[in-house]
Amino acid sequence: MTGLGSTPSQTVGPFLSIGMTWEGGEYVVPDGAPDAFWIHGRLLDGAGDAVPDGVIETWQADRSGAFGHALTPLGSAVENVENVGGFGGFGRSLTGPDGQYGVHTVKPGRVDDGHGGFQAPHLDVSVLARGLLHRVITRIYFADEVEGNAADPVLSALPDDHARSTLIAQLDGHGGYALDIWLQGVAETVFFTV
Amino acid sequence: MSKSRLSGVARLPHYRPDPAGTHPPLLSPDYASTQLRAPLKAPVDLPQRLTEVTGPVLGDGLVRPGDADLTRGYAEEPAGQRIIVSGRLLDSDGRTIPHNLVEIWQANAAGRYRHDRDNWPAPLDPNFDGMGRTLTDAEGRYSFTTVKPGAYPWRNHHNAWRPAHIHFSLFGRSFTQRLVTQMYFPDDPLFGQDPIFNSVPESARQRMIANLSLADTRPDWALAFRFDIVLRGSVATPLESEG
Ligand SMILES: [Fe+3]
Repeated sequence: MTGLGSTPSQTVGPFLSIGMTWEGGEYVVPDGAPDAFWIHGRLLDGAGDAVPDGVIETWQADRSGAFGHALTPLGSAVENVENVGGFGGFGRSLTGPDGQYGVHTVKPGRVDDGHGGFQAPHLDVSVLARGLLHRVITRIYFADEVEGNAADPVLSALPDDHARSTLIAQLDGHGGYALDIWLQGVAETVFFTV
Repeated sequence: MSKSRLSGVARLPHYRPDPAGTHPPLLSPDYASTQLRAPLKAPVDLPQRLTEVTGPVLGDGLVRPGDADLTRGYAEEPAGQRIIVSGRLLDSDGRTIPHNLVEIWQANAAGRYRHDRDNWPAPLDPNFDGMGRTLTDAEGRYSFTTVKPGAYPWRNHHNAWRPAHIHFSLFGRSFTQRLVTQMYFPDDPLFGQDPIFNSVPESARQRMIANLSLADTRPDWALAFRFDIVLRGSVATPLESEG
């Protein structure tokens, strides 16, 4: 097949908020939705400094493990994830002056792994920022899904617990979850190619 | 629930990686900000499963028709040269991507962004906010009316200037296809000293440059530039669990 060359990636630059501010974007589910919580944390660089000009985008299944997408099988309509801004299961949070991001959502269900098993509840994450020439991709898992995480094929394929820990959001004591994302440094987050 | 949720899906797409030489390396030292922000560990391969081959799809009604015309919405027209920027959203197999969100943002004609942290001494334009959105049509086409952005200085190195550009954000059909890029204008004399443009391998740089399109130009009204955007292509693959 004669392919067209893909368009190269470029950085979002420092002024991404002009084009990427989406009203209600951080609300994957509305305020007051049952069992909703915030996942939050800081985006940090290799010196431990905040990255205030970045954006965290999340993509996830609903509570039943279905996606708001045409590939979701007939009969498994997405009942539970209804983004305020209109993308089912999509969240977008611009980082603040202290590098802080936050997405208001519900825990996704287990997702079929295509081999007859399941993946633990997770979010796929894109990180874009000034200084990133293309997005970097990571995942967020949940610390209170101990059994599911232990059996998850993606977490299991990582070399050690330190690597796994960079993807697992901890209970924050306020009903939500916290996870810092380190672009670089000793705590560098595990990033993926897809 | 013992039955696989995927039982209704005969084939899932698999998105091919773009060939080496398509995208810039994350660590591009001439672009100083990459030095503390580029991850230094090798990324881990994530096999594409349902989370990766699905992705957000914008519903109707959230992008208004006027969002594609950046010269409207204020008391007067913005300063600068009015232009039309249009093209198609495709994948690398040449398939068009219809009904898909395109987001753009840009500096005004003087090279100034309407942003708190842009305070170099070029004028803001009260009639221009520099933000546009549209959905591609049934054939994957998009079109914006705007003004040509100016070049602007930045602090990367002594006397550094960004060539005129428009930022583009695309989603495609899946998480795997997400792309943010910049569109440049033909024959910009600032290309040679711009480490962001030059971070892309030379053979792929031309793909970021729009073409002047006399065919799209509206006589006595606006010059036109054409910029097609190509996202990763895919092949349908049988589910491994189908045996
Ligand atoms: Fe810019």
